[in-house]
Amino acid sequence: MLNNLPLLTLLIFTPVAGAVLVSLIPREYPNLMRTLALAFSLLAFVISLPLFFGFDNQLTSFQFEERAEWIPALRATYHVGVDGISLLMLVLTTFLTPLVILSSWDNIKRSVKGYLVSMLMLECGMLGVFVALDLLLFYVFWEAMLIPMYFIIGVWGGERRIYAAVKFFIYTMLGSLLMLVAILFIYFYYGRVTGTLTFDFVQIRELLFPENYQTWLFLAFALSFAIKVPMFPFHTWLPDAHVEAPTGGSVILAGVLLKMGTYGFLRFCLPLFPNAAMAFTPLISVLAIIGIIYGAWVAMVQPDIKKLVAYSSVSHLGFVMLGIFTLNHQGLQGGLMQMVNHGLSTGALFLIVGMIYERRHTRLIADFGGLARQMPIFTTFFMIATLASIGLPGLNGFIGEFLVLLGTFLSNKWYAVFAATGVIFAAVYMLWMFQRVMFGKLDKEENAKLEDLSTREIMILAPVTAMMILIGVWAQPFLAKMETSVDYLIRNVQARAAKVNDAPGLAPYVASIPPLKGVKGVSLVSSTVPENLESTDLMNDEMNLNAHPVSKNTPRAPLKGGVCCGGAQSIPPLRGVRGVSLASALEHENFESKDLMNDEMNSIGYPVSKNTPRAPLKGGVDEENGGSL
Amino acid sequence: MNGIGITTQDFLLFLPTLTLTLLGLGVLILGLIFPRIYRETMAAVVLIGIAIAVFIIVNHNWSDKALIFNGMISVDKFSHGFAVVFMIAAGLTVLLSLNSLEGSSLLVSEYFALIIFATVGMNLMAASAHLLTLFLGVETLSVSLYILAGFRRTDKFSLEASFKYFLLGAFASAFLLYGIALVYGSVGSAKLSAIAEAISGANGSAIASPGLFTAGLVLMVVGFGFKIALAPFHAWAPDVYEGSPTPIAAFMATGSKAAGFAALMRVVIASGMMSNIDWQQVMWVIALATMTIGNIVALRQENVKRMLAYSSIAHAGYILVGVLANSELGSSAVLFYLLSYTFMNLGAFGVIAFMARGERDNITLQDLRGFAYRHPLIAVAMSIFMFSLAGIPLTAGFISKFYVFLAAVQSGYLWIVILGVINSMISLYYYLGVVVQMFMHRNEEEKPAFDPLPAVALALFIAAFGTLNLGVSPARWMEIFQDLARSVM
Repeated sequence: MLNNLPLLTLLIFTPVAGAVLVSLIPREYPNLMRTLALAFSLLAFVISLPLFFGFDNQLTSFQFEERAEWIPALRATYHVGVDGISLLMLVLTTFLTPLVILSSWDNIKRSVKGYLVSMLMLECGMLGVFVALDLLLFYVFWEAMLIPMYFIIGVWGGERRIYAAVKFFIYTMLGSLLMLVAILFIYFYYGRVTGTLTFDFVQIRELLFPENYQTWLFLAFALSFAIKVPMFPFHTWLPDAHVEAPTGGSVILAGVLLKMGTYGFLRFCLPLFPNAAMAFTPLISVLAIIGIIYGAWVAMVQPDIKKLVAYSSVSHLGFVMLGIFTLNHQGLQGGLMQMVNHGLSTGALFLIVGMIYERRHTRLIADFGGLARQMPIFTTFFMIATLASIGLPGLNGFIGEFLVLLGTFLSNKWYAVFAATGVIFAAVYMLWMFQRVMFGKLDKEENAKLEDLSTREIMILAPVTAMMILIGVWAQPFLAKMETSVDYLIRNVQARAAKVNDAPGLAPYVASIPPLKGVKGVSLVSSTVPENLESTDLMNDEMNLNAHPVSKNTPRAPLKGGVCCGGAQSIPPLRGVRGVSLASALEHENFESKDLMNDEMNSIGYPVSKNTPRAPLKGGVDEENGGSL
Repeated sequence: MNGIGITTQDFLLFLPTLTLTLLGLGVLILGLIFPRIYRETMAAVVLIGIAIAVFIIVNHNWSDKALIFNGMISVDKFSHGFAVVFMIAAGLTVLLSLNSLEGSSLLVSEYFALIIFATVGMNLMAASAHLLTLFLGVETLSVSLYILAGFRRTDKFSLEASFKYFLLGAFASAFLLYGIALVYGSVGSAKLSAIAEAISGANGSAIASPGLFTAGLVLMVVGFGFKIALAPFHAWAPDVYEGSPTPIAAFMATGSKAAGFAALMRVVIASGMMSNIDWQQVMWVIALATMTIGNIVALRQENVKRMLAYSSIAHAGYILVGVLANSELGSSAVLFYLLSYTFMNLGAFGVIAFMARGERDNITLQDLRGFAYRHPLIAVAMSIFMFSLAGIPLTAGFISKFYVFLAAVQSGYLWIVILGVINSMISLYYYLGVVVQMFMHRNEEEKPAFDPLPAVALALFIAAFGTLNLGVSPARWMEIFQDLARSVM
């Protein structure tokens, strides 16, 4: 049922609709703008709920997929979908945005309209990054999202906002431009090998690149993601951006933007370049550990609370990276979980710092002391967020860090030992800061008049705190969402990495890979991934009827097992896919559009497209069409 | 067809350019009869005329190749694709000019007529099937622009610009003409088709003297290099752009540059020089030098017009990468880039023209300070143009750069693309600088806010809309341009 509604498109463009409406309101009505922006961000959250609850935990494929033509001349499609890796990020984004808008209700006073429009456009960009399954589409969202963030830091930020905004923008662009070159390279390499030009990630991930290409492509992608994470030594933009950004900007930056880097590693670097990922694992793990320890140490000596929290982000994201590059189940799940946790707990901490800053207009630890008696409710929330950030059992941080350390221990004991010291340092800097700010004697005149949290502020912090506790005591539903996808990813990476040496062309990566969607008779390969026949059929129907011409022309990865025994090489290369197109003509094939595609392909001038043997077709198709091969 | 057979059919096929020519003459006569005619009325006449010419082009089913006037002019899809770009540039320039013409009401008809004649010259360049037609086009365009550059007769900077442009332009024309003479001497014909035949050795023809031929090509490329402002022939551009009336500078940077590329591509395709490894190397060095010099020097500019001039040099470098790719994809990328560039650059110059209203024409970064709080909508439009020039997604600038780089990677120029994106990176800094000044600094002194003329607002809206539209859904235009490119490659 849910598959019929274009939920993801609705989700992405709800904030845009909100932004358009907000921009039409005359500037005399700031409260109307705020209400409207809040309403639309809440609407986006509501739309994301059926995604979360309707998500099928058992499927390895992308769900809620949508495809539409975007730039047919270049074969770029509007292709979106979620799997267990992006789902939680998606919900985290829609969860945090309304809170951020609520939190800036009073403290953004000038150019309210611009701020709200930027925030909503930013949400659109972030959601787009997490659901895009077309490399060009991903890149567009990835970069376009910089613009609103740049304005948020640069217009509504603190003293050194311009420096921070420009640094943020240029650093991020620096990495992503090389990623663009890599995307172009992949596009043509895929075209050369398969005879089909496409930016579609789902197709491209079935191709295995030769090892030396993988190294370069991995580096190009990884630089872009590592800057975003940020990994040591690319982290220097982060403290500046965090400190100068307004509270809302910091929350989004910590909560969601940083996760895009780690998400990029999971989504693109690991599955596309498995060998390179494995080869770079030691380097990245060491950098991650340096990040963990360095971030913690630097955080410890910060006099400014916000800067302390910013450096703690470097440390926490180090854990995420470490977890991801264990390349085992526990580590990856822990990393993903830690992405969510960090979004919640650090987001909460930034909100809290913002609240105290609004009251005192200072963030220096030395200016506070003994606030606990004065502000009991505030103290409670602050305490929970602090403990969650440290990773106290019973709160969310524990789950993630524990899994990461467990996974790391399984892959390399020494990494785990060093990383674990980060947990201790985290306790030191957080608790020490908390003690100096909240406890002790109330010796400053100004602090005696501080008011406790208002209802609005409680409304902001309560949901985040509730989520922190919920994940802390009952993480299972969240872990279950990602379980299958993580499993699939790991197996995919390992199986493909093993295959690279005998793969000059299209990867005949078949061994021990869970079934591709829509394929019957292969489920014996993976017993842990029970195949859901009903939904695979649905997928097939969609694929055949949904009139995306590219998908018909496209070679699928070869299949193993019952359908075509002995592996991919034994299938005769298919030339021109004529046979299949005849067969599928029975299924309302649209010949016209197909011919158009062919013409266009020639027009792109890909020289070998006519003579190159196509890759063998996937079993599912020929089986249904009576083996037209 | 023999000898001097010019048929009515020829004139019919030439109708778009003919319309423009008649329009130019009509405007002159109109100005003579009604010397006190309103600027707006005259602009409306001009715009209607241009719209008619565009309408004719869009609604005629052009063949891939049709030679008219004894093979002097080729009215094919390619030339008309370019003609549409030129006319968009001309139309937007006319709209923007209403702002700058305020003080000088006397010469309105001459001003508009010259813009139209310049457009006619551009059309001729894009449609040339013969080197002499090409040269005629170049001269028609250049002479009109020399005058337009010096149009503010009382401003010595404008006169300097005009004079400088004239001297260097004449110099470039001489190079071009000498090159044409050498090519003619070695091939025996100045028809592009004859040159192509001689190169391929079809019909038993051959090049009499390859050395002369190459020398001729080199001289022609130098000539084009001046016109397009490729490094190392770019030095005139910043001074001329700075001194000229802003709309004219915009027109030079977009329309004139596009015409130069059209002519260059005609020659490149006919002579097949891009299949020659030496030429490839020369061209990629030029492309790289052009973008690098443009971007690095632009970093240090305080004057926004000069900055845009250097940025325009840099963009010529990117576009040249598309020519270098020498493929259908490359040619359509060049066309797409030129169209996008017309929108975004005319828009950016338009904002400058708007700001300069009633004051000196030269806007510095300081003047932009806090602009967003005086004119939020125009500042948003300016940011769109800046982000587009920098090549940030969702704008035309990104798609066109992407498209050009795509073509280059396809043709194997991976390293140029890498250096190109690094250049793009550098350029980001100065484009962001404009946005920073407008949005992130508050203005210390309150300057009076004035409303833009409706015509200027319209021009900026069209430019911003074009920039976003090409950036978000470029599919249709790409298909059209690929079709055009297919017809010439």
